[in-house]
Amino acid sequence: MAKVIFTPNIQRHVVCLEGEVPGRTVREVLENVFTENPRARAYVLDDQSGLRKHMTIFVDGQMIRDRARLADGVNESSTIYVFQALSGG
Amino acid sequence: MSEKLLISTRKGLFTVSRNTAHWEIDTVDFLGDNVSIALSDHRDGRRYAALDHGHFGVKLHRSTATGWEEIAAPTYPPMPDGYEEQDMWGRPLKWSTARIWALAAGGPDEPGVIWCGTQPGGLFRSTDHGQSWEMIRSLWDHPKRKQWLGGGADLPGIHSICVDPRNSQCVWIGVSTGGIWFTDDGGCNWVQRGEGMRAEHVPPELTHDPIAQDVHCLTQCPAAPHRMWVQHHNGIFVSSDEGKTFTEIVGVEPSSFGFAVVVHPRDPDTAWFVPQIKDEKRIPSGGKLVVTRTRDGGEKFEILTKGLPQSHAYDVVYRHSLALDESGDRLAFGSTTGGLWVSEDQGESWACVTHTLPPVYAVRFA
Repeated sequence: MAKVIFTPNIQRHVVCLEGEVPGRTVREVLENVFTENPRARAYVLDDQSGLRKHMTIFVDGQMIRDRARLADGVNESSTIYVFQALSGG
Repeated sequence: MSEKLLISTRKGLFTVSRNTAHWEIDTVDFLGDNVSIALSDHRDGRRYAALDHGHFGVKLHRSTATGWEEIAAPTYPPMPDGYEEQDMWGRPLKWSTARIWALAAGGPDEPGVIWCGTQPGGLFRSTDHGQSWEMIRSLWDHPKRKQWLGGGADLPGIHSICVDPRNSQCVWIGVSTGGIWFTDDGGCNWVQRGEGMRAEHVPPELTHDPIAQDVHCLTQCPAAPHRMWVQHHNGIFVSSDEGKTFTEIVGVEPSSFGFAVVVHPRDPDTAWFVPQIKDEKRIPSGGKLVVTRTRDGGEKFEILTKGLPQSHAYDVVYRHSLALDESGDRLAFGSTTGGLWVSEDQGESWACVTHTLPPVYAVRFA
């Protein structure tokens, strides 16, 4: 299972604990996160379920490219960081 | 008279209270967060605060007996598969709440109804005190909605919502830019209003097109709802037929440009404005912060200065940042440079509450 780590700055709005989460893509992993923590969804995804404009996600050190479908692949040993983008200030 | 003010700012929601003869900051909520607008629902005392967290998006909070709780923010529906929409620059327009720009209580006969205007142009209605929201699809799907453009912002938005005090099914909205729209059936059907307004920023053949109008603020007299006032990008306009037609008020000194307007609750001929130098500068004329007032429907205007800074004042007052209480005597306004002034005598004199607030986005009496 992939390790998922959220930016510390999201924690004051909605607690998002670091965890091991199953999934073959970023979308599958995040959907599993949101099943357990539904309030977190709207903090990370926009109304069309794409990644929010000023959020960014890294998988094993690489920034994901598919911000709409979140189809970037994830393997059992991946580490996923859900961060704020500096474009948002 | 209202004894409290809600001040929405770039860095929090400030509650300002009247203590004997002066006003003081009472409490600060959401300190550090961007509060785009707040609503105090006079029907039941609930308060609502719209936040824009930037990275984490737009959120909505509602007051409780002990503080605040996050409730659902209006959410745009999924875009149909394969559907594409572009903004005025040809970029993809995302159906997603970019800003909550208007919050208004429904009529007294519909407790729990709240209207919400957003950027990029969606209008939402809640029937359960903001617990859930329904987009008004009849307006969003209206073919002319795609002609709305950003005015001072990348995206078009609904900033003014007027619910008819005689009939809650009648609602007017102001769009920047997109003019005035009206429904008489609670939002099922919409028509454009606002003949007579004039836009200088478009070619001559479009100057008087109602959809081209950059309405900065639309307000309605509660005791005489046929009377509507507009602070427009190109000046001040007044209607005496429920917004069907407008007449331009010309020759207003020091300027007819501004963002905000309020109208007396019982006297439709009395209205207040905060003028600025138009367009390129957007600062008070001559560095003098003034309020203008008409008492005769726009025939004459008084320039009110007592208690306001008259040199090197560069305060801009946004469209939601001028407020009038239900008495019609007490006014307040806040500025982009953190000033807050209150008048107890219809604007004849003003007292500065503070000049060190964060940039002020909205002022409302609670």
